Amino acid sequence: MTVVGSDTERLTRADNAEPLLVVKDLKTHFKIDAGIVKAVDGVSFELERGKTLGIVGESGSGKTVLSRSVMRLNIASNVINTGSIRYDGVELIDKSSKQMQKLWGVEMAMVFQDPMTSLNPVVRVGRQLTEHLRYHLGVGKAESRANAIELLRSVKIPEPESRIDNYPHEMSGGMRQRVCIAIALACGPKMLFADEPTTALDVTVQHQILNLLATQQQDRFMTMIMVTHDLGVVAGRTDEIAVMYAGKVVEKAPTPSLFADMRHPYTQALLWSIPKVSQPKHTRLSAIAGRPPDLINPPSGCSFSPRCPYAQDKCREEEPPLVAASTPGHEFACWYPVGSPENQEAYDRNLAAGVAVTLAAEGRITATEELTSDIIAADLINDVIDISNDEVGN
Amino acid sequence: MAGSGKAHLRPEGETVLRVEDLNVEFPVGHNRTVYAVSGISFDIAAGETLGLVGESGCGKSTTGRAILQLPRPTSGSVKLKQTDLMALDGEAMRATRTDLQMIFQDPISSLNPRRMIGEIVAEPLAVWGPFDEDEQWKIVANMLDAVGIDPGVARYKRPHEFSGGQCQRISIARALVMEPELIICDEPVSALDVSVQAQILNMLEDLKAQYGLTLVFIAHDLAVVKNISDRVAVMYLGKMCEVSESDELYANPAHPYTSLLLGSIPVPDPTADLDDTVMAEGELPSPLAPPSGCRFRTRCPLADEICERVEPQMRRVNDDHYVACHHPLVDADPATEVSLTN
Ligand SMILES: Nc1ncnc2c1ncn2[C@@H]1O[C@H](COP(=O)(O)OP(=O)(O)OP(=O)(O)O)[C@@H](O)[C@H]1O
Ligand SMILES: Nc1ncnc2c1ncn2[C@@H]1O[C@H](COP(=O)(O)OP(=O)(O)OP(=O)(O)O)[C@@H](O)[C@H]1O
Ligand code: SF4
Ligand code: SF4
Ligand SMILES: [Mg+2]
Ligand SMILES: [Mg+2]
Repeated sequence: MTVVGSDTERLTRADNAEPLLVVKDLKTHFKIDAGIVKAVDGVSFELERGKTLGIVGESGSGKTVLSRSVMRLNIASNVINTGSIRYDGVELIDKSSKQMQKLWGVEMAMVFQDPMTSLNPVVRVGRQLTEHLRYHLGVGKAESRANAIELLRSVKIPEPESRIDNYPHEMSGGMRQRVCIAIALACGPKMLFADEPTTALDVTVQHQILNLLATQQQDRFMTMIMVTHDLGVVAGRTDEIAVMYAGKVVEKAPTPSLFADMRHPYTQALLWSIPKVSQPKHTRLSAIAGRPPDLINPPSGCSFSPRCPYAQDKCREEEPPLVAASTPGHEFACWYPVGSPENQEAYDRNLAAGVAVTLAAEGRITATEELTSDIIAADLINDVIDISNDEVGN
Repeated sequence: MAGSGKAHLRPEGETVLRVEDLNVEFPVGHNRTVYAVSGISFDIAAGETLGLVGESGCGKSTTGRAILQLPRPTSGSVKLKQTDLMALDGEAMRATRTDLQMIFQDPISSLNPRRMIGEIVAEPLAVWGPFDEDEQWKIVANMLDAVGIDPGVARYKRPHEFSGGQCQRISIARALVMEPELIICDEPVSALDVSVQAQILNMLEDLKAQYGLTLVFIAHDLAVVKNISDRVAVMYLGKMCEVSESDELYANPAHPYTSLLLGSIPVPDPTADLDDTVMAEGELPSPLAPPSGCRFRTRCPLADEICERVEPQMRRVNDDHYVACHHPLVDADPATEVSLTN
């Protein structure tokens, strides 16, 4: 059996200088009674050492499943994982949980959204840390306690010598998340996954935790994947961003180009739908019509087509492939990308045909319709028109 | 008793709600007391949306519920138009509650799962009239339509058949059927996905224009609060720090805590500066033993001896901009300084 990180493998790896993580056509499908949930459906990306990749998208788009699958945490009899995950030159897709055990914590670690779910409420935080150190690094009792105190200090927990004996409930949410980060960092992983690490925290605490993650990443030269639904969180703190929709990456780019030159209508809609402090009060938001699609029976063609103001017949028939944009590393999957003349034409055509209006009103529950579809307020008609105005203004 | 001042209150005739020196304390075990809300004052004009922001535990929900007398505040006064709610007995307060409605964060659990949407929205009408069922349904259908739910289809469905955003629309419809004077929205969009959040925020703005709603909008997301509010009040550990017209507050924060909050917001713009100063490092003190003087002093970079000793009072810095701080980041209006010393 080959163990990832063994010396021979590292040597070969150093020669070809492959990125730390290379994911190709990764699929994670869940078999449930209602059918097959295509939670992750053909995702590919590469991540260089020391870089941070942000994964954004709406609830249910597959962000958590993707990161868990890369760590091989999604192993169960009803889960089908296919594709390739090369980590440090080694294929992980066929590794068992038992084989992965050696990697978890030491090579790759994860910080979750809710610190309470990853901490044991009835065990003092110190013991949770030291057990981890002793299991993975085999250090003695006294030494591991000293290490644990140092770790708590490094994540800026005040008075770590006494805090080490706290139970999780004796700490604030922010402090608990620091403890989780300390545990994740304990064995010096090369790769850190952070799944909504600050979503449950207050804004000032979120700021502290994100700063902490950034400094730890720099100090330890870690590679990081940051999962969030908040474009604000990834904007200032990632090198690259992948936007997920219905289990697929629909746009991927170096962070500056994504914001400066977004090509996918969903990315644009996501950015426009969030209120920003830079806008005056009562600024009308461009809401996205409807809700994410059913992952068991996704729409044919482009999965965003039922909600996209630019959708044409082609979009409903053929799935757009990921293609390269002008900036290196920037890719998107759309037939009528934002900023192109075709996009403007598609929009004008929809508007002239009244499709934009129909599109917005479509999801509204009508007497003949089944309730599984979504309701969209009439005001979305205006929002779709707002999008066109902005478009013309640009 | 040391309050936080009332310089920001407007003449009584101009407001729908006027809350003065509100205190809410919760006795907890071992003879201790949670000082959840301590001596805050604020008012709301008709048709206005007042945003209440601040971090978890600062007393936003407690303040919202105190308006409804749920539970009855420890002390202070809460006046809805001419009526002092604190003076009403239980029965009279119940009757007044039709004028005050509340919308909660978790739309699904705030709707009774066993009842049909038609009944849920009609609930307040069933108690207070009109009692004629056809008349009730006319009102309900109208309201459901206004929030973007087809009345005919929804009438006989139950909450679990709807998404979170749809349930929030339904609870808004329920709050509106009584044509309340004031609606208290406690984190109404916090549990929703960004796209749905935008739909609900837009809808609230439309309903406000259509029905002249007066809202208290509680949220911890500063961008959401700015978007919906005419005026914003910032709370910290049971105190009100700053009250201002929204655009002015975000452009010129006068309170060091407001400034810290604004500096912490992750902005969806990679070219924006990241404020990585250590100012934010402190921890929130316990509401069981809040700091003396200014409650923010344990985390404030400008704190000095007077902040420890003297509680800052609300004073005016600008047109409709008030702050409770000894060393505001914006020069205080000299006129109010004078009136304070008097
Ligand atoms: N074990 C499972 N069995 C069946 N379906 C699953 C399972 N885990 C996740 N899913 C489904 O996969 C889809 C993607 O879920 P995932 O948790 O990755 O979304 P997400 O993007 O992380 O959303 P959120 O922002 O809400 O965390 C969802 O539709 C979810 O219901
Ligand atoms: N019934 C109660 N008994 C004891 N303490 C309470 C009670 N209700 C609230 N508190 C305390 O009062 C303080 C204010 O709570 P409140 O719920 O008003 O805060 P909030 O600003 O709404 O916070 P969040 O953003 O988390 O909703 C907190 O310290 C809270 O723990
Ligand atoms: S324009 Fe077509 S391909 Fe592009 S996102 Fe819209 S529906 Fe999909
Ligand atoms: S009163 Fe003092 S401690 Fe309080 S915010 Fe102002 S400067 Fe800071
Ligand atoms: Mg998730
Ligand atoms: Mg609350």
